[in-house]
Amino acid sequence: MSDKKVNRRDFIFTATYAVGAVGVGATVWPLIDQMNPDASVKALASTEVDVSSVEPGKTITVLWRGKPVFIKRRTQEEINEARAVKMEDLPDPQKDEDRAKNPEWLVMLGVCTHLGCVPLNDKGDYNGWFCPCHGSHYDTSGRIRKGPAPTNMAIPNYQFLDNKTIKIG
Amino acid sequence: MSDHNYTPKSKFGKWFNDRLPLMSLANHLTDYPTPKNLNYWWTFGGILTFCLITQIVTGLTLAMHYIAHADMAFDSVEHIMRDVNYGWLIRYIHSNGASMFFLAVYIHIFRSLFYGSYKSPREIIWILGIIIYLLMMAAAFMGYVLPWGQMSFWGATVITNLFSAIPLVGEGIVTWLWGGYSVDNPTLTRFFTLHYLIPFLILGLVVLHIWALHVPGNNNPVGIDIKKPSKDTVPFHPYIVIKDTFALLMFMIIFAFFVFYSPNVLGHADNYIEANPLVTPAHIVPEWYLLPFYAILRSVPDKLLGVIAMLSAILILAALPWLDTSKIRSAVFRPLYRQFYWILVLDVLVLGYVGAMPAEGLYLLIARVATAYYFAHFLIILPLLGFKEKTLPLPFSISEPVLGGSSNLSMAKNEKTRE
Amino acid sequence: MRKVLIISLAILLSLSIQLKINSAEKVELMKTDWTFKGLLGKFDRASLQRGYQVYTEVCAACHSMKYISYRNLMEKGGPEFSEAQVKAIAASFEVTDGPNADGEMFLRPARLSDKFPMPYPNEKAAQAANGGAYPPDMSVLAKARKGGVDYLYSVLLGYEDPPEGVTLDEGVYYNKFMYGNKIKMPKVLEDDLIEYSDGTSVTEEQMAKDVVTFLMWSAEPHLETRHKMGFRAIIYLIILTVLVYFSMKKIWSRVESEV
Repeated sequence: MSDKKVNRRDFIFTATYAVGAVGVGATVWPLIDQMNPDASVKALASTEVDVSSVEPGKTITVLWRGKPVFIKRRTQEEINEARAVKMEDLPDPQKDEDRAKNPEWLVMLGVCTHLGCVPLNDKGDYNGWFCPCHGSHYDTSGRIRKGPAPTNMAIPNYQFLDNKTIKIG
Repeated sequence: MSDHNYTPKSKFGKWFNDRLPLMSLANHLTDYPTPKNLNYWWTFGGILTFCLITQIVTGLTLAMHYIAHADMAFDSVEHIMRDVNYGWLIRYIHSNGASMFFLAVYIHIFRSLFYGSYKSPREIIWILGIIIYLLMMAAAFMGYVLPWGQMSFWGATVITNLFSAIPLVGEGIVTWLWGGYSVDNPTLTRFFTLHYLIPFLILGLVVLHIWALHVPGNNNPVGIDIKKPSKDTVPFHPYIVIKDTFALLMFMIIFAFFVFYSPNVLGHADNYIEANPLVTPAHIVPEWYLLPFYAILRSVPDKLLGVIAMLSAILILAALPWLDTSKIRSAVFRPLYRQFYWILVLDVLVLGYVGAMPAEGLYLLIARVATAYYFAHFLIILPLLGFKEKTLPLPFSISEPVLGGSSNLSMAKNEKTRE
Repeated sequence: MRKVLIISLAILLSLSIQLKINSAEKVELMKTDWTFKGLLGKFDRASLQRGYQVYTEVCAACHSMKYISYRNLMEKGGPEFSEAQVKAIAASFEVTDGPNADGEMFLRPARLSDKFPMPYPNEKAAQAANGGAYPPDMSVLAKARKGGVDYLYSVLLGYEDPPEGVTLDEGVYYNKFMYGNKIKMPKVLEDDLIEYSDGTSVTEEQMAKDVVTFLMWSAEPHLETRHKMGFRAIIYLIILTVLVYFSMKKIWSRVESEV
């Protein structure tokens, strides 16, 4: 068998394998992607919440995209406490001003950043939240202070439509 | 698979293989000596494996989105078709895949009929195949119920009512199957469960089917026993693998044509209307692959006998290795059988056609004649043919297609190699 | 090779012939030039938009489309209204939401994620309002009738005076293409019934064609993707088949045998 022949055979086999591999990849993708959020989930509307009946110091919990969102009407004391914290005391430094556009209202995803449990209101060493699963303590701005959680509780996109309505998402 | 003395080269390989002989198995599969004269009709075994895997994979992904509840099943299918990423593609592959599966299995069965692959020593392979075929029909029927359209509902009603033909306990069995007094939510949920289960039973049986095949080895178009391995055989890999792949790709082109350009042509428009227990569609037809048996059912004017005839039409196949008395396998050397074979093919196609037509007038008459012929083929023609037919002389080996002697001589040779 | 080709063609042919026979209609349906047929068929975008207009202004009074959301109107492969247009369309409809904090259901303007509203609260109400006949949901109608789009098109244009000897009950109409020729839906399409915003002349045929195009899209919202993907898939398969064919020739050339 001449060298030329070997080369041609190799070329055909390589081409066949390569083209075949592309096809396998293209076939596998739909099977994987079908598990991603579907069009109806992605299109889910934002949630509008009427907060007019929330007393100062109280928290309401609403469901948004299947997760709890804490909406807390903070007292002046709590705001002061949150704003007085020194940045170097924070594992995940973030100013309270950046977390609460309107200081009276803290709107925050109520999901512990450790492993996804829902923290308890008004518990823990910092008068904020305490996660019962693995003992993470959050302050009145929802920032992590102590425990295994790596970051502060997340702030979703939201806006005040008027004085009493918050639109999340 | 005990005829292999394979030892892996590496030390770890040896250690592993001594404990779990996976490499021996792989070696057996790649080296498996296959007759080199297999034609393209033999590629449908591989194609069917592909069909089964495709149905299982697409079925699993559909099950992630489907809701087996009478109030939500239809909606969830529409949800899959509209919102789930590539949901329409996966569902169309699954629904058309069922048809493709049956197309391939019919070719596979008729190949076996032509070349006598069901005969000794391959009876077990054949009977396993018939069981697989029966399970396929059960899976297909239950799968068709799941979208909960009008055809789903009324198909389920009609087919489950077949059991009411059984004397005394029939009605009780039907109520038990339904889990109520009509086809309803309990029926749907149990059909979903079984539809999910059966493919895995089929998978297990396919393993046995292939195992049983690897004991005597493949039949071949000439139908004579061959020595393995020899110059009449080639190793399964790469020769048969590449040939099967080529045939599979041709098959996939046809498959793709249906999925992308006529995804609903094999289905029925009424199944896009949600199930309604108050209205029966004007014209109930099963899926095309069940039509011949549906024709047999309707051609008998008695309820119980009709059901018996339909079941016998399938079960008679299991007795085929003993009904066919001819010592020669391949129809190539059986001039008379060859003609009856093609008449049978035609007969089944005719049955399929009248199965789709209204059961009245000329259609009914044709169905009756075709049904009678179907049974006559297996019960009268085949047994007699073995004694009456003058067969052509067989060659000694497939690589020397010279006529080597009389058929009796070759048979003697066949008997010998079997011992 | 040739054998296999012939056989595959024969299978295709016999299947399609069988189906042709199955779907043979006694009445020849009316045909029009649908743009979405064929290997790379696409919807006529303007026709889809007009079809939506016909649906909302004419059909929606009785027929629901429960699987369609407003967001679908802006999705690729559909009417492709702009997001602002669809938001405006949605906002002009009211949907029931709730319960609110007081446990009351309330009406609010529809959003993109909302489904089209139902014309009747339930099936019984729909039947009561339409002389006992339930106006079918139109989301998948184009796939739910034998003859598909041609059938719908024909029925919309198939109203006639009943032939001699046929008497019709009150509220029943004669239609050449309807199964059994009796239909409880009155003839609705008339020339200049509505006004198209794009200036297309409003004829019966035009409205029927537009609304049926819209219904085909609502039944198969991914039709364009399917055609495009199918074309690519088949081209790909042919290329791979050719490559595998040559690989096979090479491999089998090692044994003295014909493939």
